[in-house]
Amino acid sequence: MANESQPTTGLYKETLLAGLWRENPVFRLLLGMCPTLAVTAAVKPALTMGLCVIFVLVCSNIIVSLMRNLLKPHLRILMFTLTIATFVTIADLFLKAFALTMSETLGPYVPLIIVNCIIICRAEACASKNGLIVSVIDALGMGVGFTLTLCVLAAIREVLATGMIFEVQVMPDAFVPWAAMGMPVGAFITLGLMLGLVNLTNKKKAKSSCHEV
Amino acid sequence: MDTLNILLMGFISIVIINNLVFTKFLGICPYLGVSGRIDMAFGMGLAVTFVVTLSGTLTWMIDNWILMKLGLEVTRYICFILVIAGAVQLVEMYMRKFFPSLYESFGIFLPLITTNCAILGLCLFINLWGINSLLEAVVLSFGAGIGFTMAICIMAGIRENLNLADVPECLKGAPITLITAGILTLAFMGFAGMIR
Repeated sequence: MANESQPTTGLYKETLLAGLWRENPVFRLLLGMCPTLAVTAAVKPALTMGLCVIFVLVCSNIIVSLMRNLLKPHLRILMFTLTIATFVTIADLFLKAFALTMSETLGPYVPLIIVNCIIICRAEACASKNGLIVSVIDALGMGVGFTLTLCVLAAIREVLATGMIFEVQVMPDAFVPWAAMGMPVGAFITLGLMLGLVNLTNKKKAKSSCHEV
Repeated sequence: MDTLNILLMGFISIVIINNLVFTKFLGICPYLGVSGRIDMAFGMGLAVTFVVTLSGTLTWMIDNWILMKLGLEVTRYICFILVIAGAVQLVEMYMRKFFPSLYESFGIFLPLITTNCAILGLCLFINLWGINSLLEAVVLSFGAGIGFTMAICIMAGIRENLNLADVPECLKGAPITLITAGILTLAFMGFAGMIR
């Protein structure tokens, strides 16, 4: 029994880890850039956004995976979009009911999850071809990978722009807040440099593994 | 005269000052994906302008004349995305018939206009800003399209020259494009405060 389940567990782990780093939606696939740039001025909205995306991603992957055998090829994108739109509406109403200020901070970026390429990409590439469990795990991996990326970017920007993180002072008093980091400029440049850094690490890794072989 | 003034100000504001790409981060995917060559960027801009004008107008009508009357605001997002998908389908059919070469070169990016955040984003912003005249909604949607076209064409122009520049290996491709976009945004911030 244990031996039989070994390969499947391996597959699950593989799927989960793929979303976290190897196929990280932001760094490797360059998907979902708009919310990545827009909500990362501070960590709190970034985290909320990430949680919303995880919720929508998991729910829509479940539904798409369940109905994958019924889908007509030329109508599938439409069905994906409608499924996603439904769950985004739920998430939006939930935020409005329980976290009004956060909902106002995020503004139209919550409904814009509908057109976040990550979700439709996962529905198309994974959920419409795989069973329920793999789809859910894939959604979790991708969602958590996305959220982590968002939080890292937001943390860098928040610290540099205000010297604070979660409203706690982390920088010394002599630090002059770098206002530009909180503006669109900071988002673009930080993300660009982070992508460059990721490319650099990956290349170094590839090189060292070549030497070992 | 007053209406004309409001319309003109709204148009200039959404093209230059509140440009969707530079200040609201909308439509970044095609902005990075299709801005390799200036002719393709221009074609993409025109397609987006058409779709955004059409869907901005239609969603305003649906929102104000149907959904709000019937109290169905909950289904707003679903209706919006359906209108946009329909408009994109229209553009796709038209392009395939009349500009087959351009259609070929767009490839996947044409159907992806549906998931272009700039379009849904504009529809939502019109709703958020509480625009209550049809004319203003039309002008704003058209302005958003023009603003997007301008942004993507500027970017394509820069990137064509960037090909000749000596960029560090690890920054090639997307990273340098993002950094360029950042600097471009900085330039456009100079317009902030010109109106309102």
